[in-house]
Amino acid sequence: MKMADVIDSDSRLLAVVPRMGMGFGFGEESVEEVCRRYGVSTGAFLAICRVYAYGDAGTLAQSLQEEDIRDIVAYLRRSHTHYGEVVASRLTISLEKLMESCDQRCRQIISKFFGEYMEELRRHFTYEDKVVFPYVESVLSHTGKADYNILQYEENHSNVDEKLADLKNILMKYLPRECGTGPVAEVLDIIFLLQDDLRRHTVIEDDILVPLVNRIENHEK
Amino acid sequence: MKSKNVLLVIPSAIVAKGIGQILSETGEFEMRSVLTDLSPSSIARVRNLRPDLIVLDPSVLDQGSRAKGRDMLGEISDAPVVAFFSQYPEEETARRYEQAIALTDSPSSIVWKLRSALEAHSEGGRQEGESLSSREKEILVCVAKGMLNKEIADRYNISIYTVITHRKNISRKTGIKTVAGLTVYALLNNLIDVSDFQEV
Repeated sequence: MKMADVIDSDSRLLAVVPRMGMGFGFGEESVEEVCRRYGVSTGAFLAICRVYAYGDAGTLAQSLQEEDIRDIVAYLRRSHTHYGEVVASRLTISLEKLMESCDQRCRQIISKFFGEYMEELRRHFTYEDKVVFPYVESVLSHTGKADYNILQYEENHSNVDEKLADLKNILMKYLPRECGTGPVAEVLDIIFLLQDDLRRHTVIEDDILVPLVNRIENHEK
Repeated sequence: MKSKNVLLVIPSAIVAKGIGQILSETGEFEMRSVLTDLSPSSIARVRNLRPDLIVLDPSVLDQGSRAKGRDMLGEISDAPVVAFFSQYPEEETARRYEQAIALTDSPSSIVWKLRSALEAHSEGGRQEGESLSSREKEILVCVAKGMLNKEIADRYNISIYTVITHRKNISRKTGIKTVAGLTVYALLNNLIDVSDFQEV
């Protein structure tokens, strides 16, 4: 199938292309040809596309191999950068604009909550970037530490998700009426998209990466 | 309305039949099953029976674990649990349960207590779309100030399970789950003040 047709079938797949390290301008190239040109595993690319289009990894995940892991980790790292830089600044700017119509007290309350959320999200990503992914890479080079296990990492993303959902509800339901005239819908739009993206991101981590790494770990024992 | 499925964990057949009789006369409760102990096989049955409400005689547990009996049931069932005391109610134990009934209670008072245990449990469900009750607001303020469930239970003289039920209902109504989020809610709705939050 042509790469352009795949992306055209679901706009959510747009996000996958740059985070896979690929550029646009596919011409008439097939998925396989584009992946080969960028040195990216077709299996990993399709498994991630599947999560974006259908919300789960399906059976594609089972056919992935050790050599696909590097591309998945690279994808996850680029996603972290995207959330932490692009989405974060977009959200911050539009939230600030929204709060121009709020009074000082309200602004202070929301800013504090939002600041704490961003901090927590950043800490979560930093942990994965600095601890989990290097561990995965060490497993790939067969120098994995015996005292760590990928299943330990499957601990919750839940608190980060919950705070974002809280922020959404607070802005949608409980902003004082006088701030309701600001660009609330724009901010909510960014939050909805981020929520959806993070959910898929978590599926890729928990249902694709973790089982794959765990398979290798068990093999090594 | 569908009658509520009540599970009794009562060692005395006389008492179990008596409670069953009182419940069946109301038409709103139905005694589906009776267990006489909380052995592992009974616990497995509690899971399968999925009761709407449990009435438990804490004497099925040995003295030391009576207070913990509620926690044990909490792990296997979401249903509210009412304690039944064949002798005088043990205050400390009773407070751990949603409600307590005694051998000497009148039928109407027993029914009222079971009903109120169920209502506290499903309060949010019936009032979908409505704002928080005054008790829920009080509890929300405590949560926002960083109080623990145990401390909140002590302050209002209610069981920890009632506190947890209120908290679940607060989160369902508002859509806000984290303590930080609930604090923002309380501040924006002027239930607490910024200054009084900073003191804590």
